[in-house]
Amino acid sequence: MQRHLISAADLTRDDAVLILDTAEEMARVADRPIKKLPTLRGRTIVNLFFEDSTRTRISFEAAEKRLSADVINFSAKGSSVSKGESLKDTAQTLEAMGVDAVVIRHGASGAPYRLATSGWIDAAVVNAGDGTHQHPTQALLDAFTMRRRLIGRDAGLGQDLAGKRITLVGDVLHSRVARSNVDLLHTLGAEVTLVAPPTLVPVGVEHWPCEVSYDLDSVLPKSDAVMMLRVQRERMNAAFFPTEREYSRRYGLDGDRMARMPEHAIVMHPGPMVRGMEITAEVADSDRCTVVEQVANGVSIRMAVLYLLLGGNEPAVSHARTTEEK
Amino acid sequence: MDKLDSHTSDARPVLEGPDIARVLTRIAHEIVERAKGADDVVLLGIPTRGVFLAQRLAAKLEQITDRKIPVGSLDITMYRDDLRMHPPRALARTEIPGDGIDGKLVVLVDDVLFSGRTIRAALDALNDIGRPRAVQLAVLVDRGHRELPIRADYVGKNLPTSLRETVKVQLAEEDGRDTVLLGVKQTQ
Repeated sequence: MQRHLISAADLTRDDAVLILDTAEEMARVADRPIKKLPTLRGRTIVNLFFEDSTRTRISFEAAEKRLSADVINFSAKGSSVSKGESLKDTAQTLEAMGVDAVVIRHGASGAPYRLATSGWIDAAVVNAGDGTHQHPTQALLDAFTMRRRLIGRDAGLGQDLAGKRITLVGDVLHSRVARSNVDLLHTLGAEVTLVAPPTLVPVGVEHWPCEVSYDLDSVLPKSDAVMMLRVQRERMNAAFFPTEREYSRRYGLDGDRMARMPEHAIVMHPGPMVRGMEITAEVADSDRCTVVEQVANGVSIRMAVLYLLLGGNEPAVSHARTTEEK
Repeated sequence: MDKLDSHTSDARPVLEGPDIARVLTRIAHEIVERAKGADDVVLLGIPTRGVFLAQRLAAKLEQITDRKIPVGSLDITMYRDDLRMHPPRALARTEIPGDGIDGKLVVLVDDVLFSGRTIRAALDALNDIGRPRAVQLAVLVDRGHRELPIRADYVGKNLPTSLRETVKVQLAEEDGRDTVLLGVKQTQ
């Protein structure tokens, strides 16, 4: 019954490398005149978005369509959810319609896990971001981008990220992207350092498989990739740092700071960027910034995940934990 | 294609290294003859072993014609008709030569022709990549038992088999030696 993708922590090293290798082949479909594969013909996938999203929703939709799946888009606004329908009733409605997979984005941490393990539906569940918990496909596309840039397209096949030094900077507390990245990058053998003001470092971070620093300038020269996280104002009550100006001076990435990074090092951002806050326009528009590449890679990664979960009679990705264990 | 497990002991070789080389030379000459000089030939191997055969054929064609022959690979995994009967397979590389396949004579190259389902999938895959002038098929071994109306244009060896037998092609690039083995399917 392990046919869901709920958390990046569920993936083994071999699973993750298989997904990255598959995505590398999927990426080549984008170069073709007909960007379509017949693989998921006749399968129905629902994109269930209870929270706003631009790139994740569009990226999943593009991936599903390139694999010839039938796509149903659902957003909480304008649906029965705004009339007070529960997740369970929504799920059972989808089940009755014969859906093969549900891609879910939800504001509550654990909603995808609940959907996958409650027995409400038989469909495969793919987590597209839940609260401050996990966003596994984002972590996978980030790892894919790093492998391509730091090792190489073909040279990277079959490889993990062993020994690469990755720095995540900013609002770790509210970031599901940070959580997923720490889990996945650790599985892939990278050394992860979190840099954030003490108020934006979550409780219990000492149990995470990573280092924590409060000084960006000392970490930058030792980084192969620097990932800037968005300051999530919608999840804050203006109580985590004194002023935006101070935050941006201590933890923002500008041209001077970027010059202190090693020659080969890249700047990443999961988007949406807040220019002038965590990243300056100069950095965001430079060659070393992979934001646009990350979006393109997102489609390839999501194609790979959907193919490996739905393409056969059983998923190719085995999960470390089972529904019974939790 | 049947994969022969290593524990099968009674497999006997039906083609050895020199035979395979001779057969490929003959096929190369046949391609030049049928294509009247092989001006617009593009060779596409089907992974895994078809790709090595295509590369060897291209080398021989280059010797004969004194011209560079475009060669690539065509992965058919995503086009298989039995995808839902197995766990998803790892994908192999599709590499189309730079000039594409539009208006060209594409020769598909595979190691064993059996049910014909692989070739059907390959034709579907080609359809998404371009529109060749014509498509032909070259195989090292034709073992019969077709399930679709498909035949090969160039055959290395016709090998009448029963369904209880397995045919395994080994090539130096992948397996360390060149041979075609005929064995009996192990019943579990």
